[in-house]
Amino acid sequence: MPLAASDTIAILADNLRLRKSVLPIPAANAIRWTEGLHLPRGGDTVLYTGQMYQLIPYIEQLVAAEERLGDSFLAGFTGFGRQVNRVLNLAGFMAHPSSAERSVYDRIPHNVALLLRRAGVDFGSLFEDDLYSGALIYDLGVDEVLAAHARTVYAVFQKYEVKEVITIDPHTTNMLRSVYPTLIPGYDLRVRSYLEVLAERGFGPTRRLAGEVAIHDSCVFARYEGVVDAPRQLLDKAGLTVREPAHSGTMTWCCGGPAESLFPKRAAEQAARRVGELRAVAGRAVTMCPLCFVNLEKAAEDVIAIEDISDYLLRACEGPEGESDGQL
Amino acid sequence: MSATLQPDLAERVGMDPSFNPSACMNCGICTAVCPLGLRHLPREVFAYVVLGMEGEVLQHQEEVFSCLLCKLCEVSCPAGVHITENVRALRHYFDRNVFHIEGR
Ligand code: SF4
Ligand code: SF4
Repeated sequence: MPLAASDTIAILADNLRLRKSVLPIPAANAIRWTEGLHLPRGGDTVLYTGQMYQLIPYIEQLVAAEERLGDSFLAGFTGFGRQVNRVLNLAGFMAHPSSAERSVYDRIPHNVALLLRRAGVDFGSLFEDDLYSGALIYDLGVDEVLAAHARTVYAVFQKYEVKEVITIDPHTTNMLRSVYPTLIPGYDLRVRSYLEVLAERGFGPTRRLAGEVAIHDSCVFARYEGVVDAPRQLLDKAGLTVREPAHSGTMTWCCGGPAESLFPKRAAEQAARRVGELRAVAGRAVTMCPLCFVNLEKAAEDVIAIEDISDYLLRACEGPEGESDGQL
Repeated sequence: MSATLQPDLAERVGMDPSFNPSACMNCGICTAVCPLGLRHLPREVFAYVVLGMEGEVLQHQEEVFSCLLCKLCEVSCPAGVHITENVRALRHYFDRNVFHIEGR
């Protein structure tokens, strides 16, 4: 492990403590997905992104910088870098994704809002108060920093008198549903992923797509949060034939993403192995986590088309009712 | 190989009461299913913790931090070892005692 990995962890932890995110991004970019939706602020039920999708293009820029600099992002900075980062947002200087690079990650939370509306769910957003959950800091074992951050996030929910939270990605779901209750006495939020909410409501798109997709279960959804049936049920109602790769459901294989911040080469190797498994059962694959999406997409090259589940589900809602013309 | 044994190591690493590396019976299933092919984590590193061999634990820093926390080993473990919780506890130990990120 490169010595600088400890600095990477320290910088990420300092950012969460000082700036409420491992990688602080401009507020305007964090809330771009809400444009045109006219969502109310707050309310009993909110759709919560935890900034997970919005963060990905920034992380990718840092990972690209890391490939130039060394083996771990921010590796060019030694202990001195950490001191600088405390007064200056170093990551902010290094990562400026273009609007095209950001657009796919803005689209997914927007898709989810449209799907929930079609299912008749009333919800608001916390806009710039929709904070990162601290998932990476939890994974890295920086427990005191995480505990303080969890209290900050919970105080925001209390300020808006939120009772139910609808999450999008598995990591934010796990943090808010399973980790925060162990850190905060009296924690009383009801937390469900939008996939669970749609499935519970028997959500069925108006149009049936045709074709086969390989399903890539997220480790966190499948093994930490028990979310296995809901995505299958929704894809099936959209008319798709779900193909199960060799490792699937509760025995799914990781995309490699969690290793990316410290060991990008290992992450890439695992992603390539997983793409091979998915390709063996279909020419298209569906993901339900931004880390899975970005990691598998990079490894996919031209051998398999990877899309987020919300893209498939929304496509099945658009256009005339009935069978599609075979287009996925 | 570290010559100094620290009998209280498991206690110091395992501030979380769920830290249970001692449940491991060294069957090797976790190693067999690990997608990264991690060879020393969890069972060997957990054994070093239980035996108080801090020097050996510290030498496996890279494996401790490259684990994906994917839980495939954990759902396959016949002894019900809380593997990922243990790995996080080990990371916390490194953060505090080696990287000095917390606890100051
Ligand atoms: S699978 Fe469980 S019992 Fe077997 S070696 Fe691994 S941790 Fe120990
Ligand atoms: S949790 Fe870590 S040790 Fe266990 S299978 Fe996954 S990567 Fe391997």
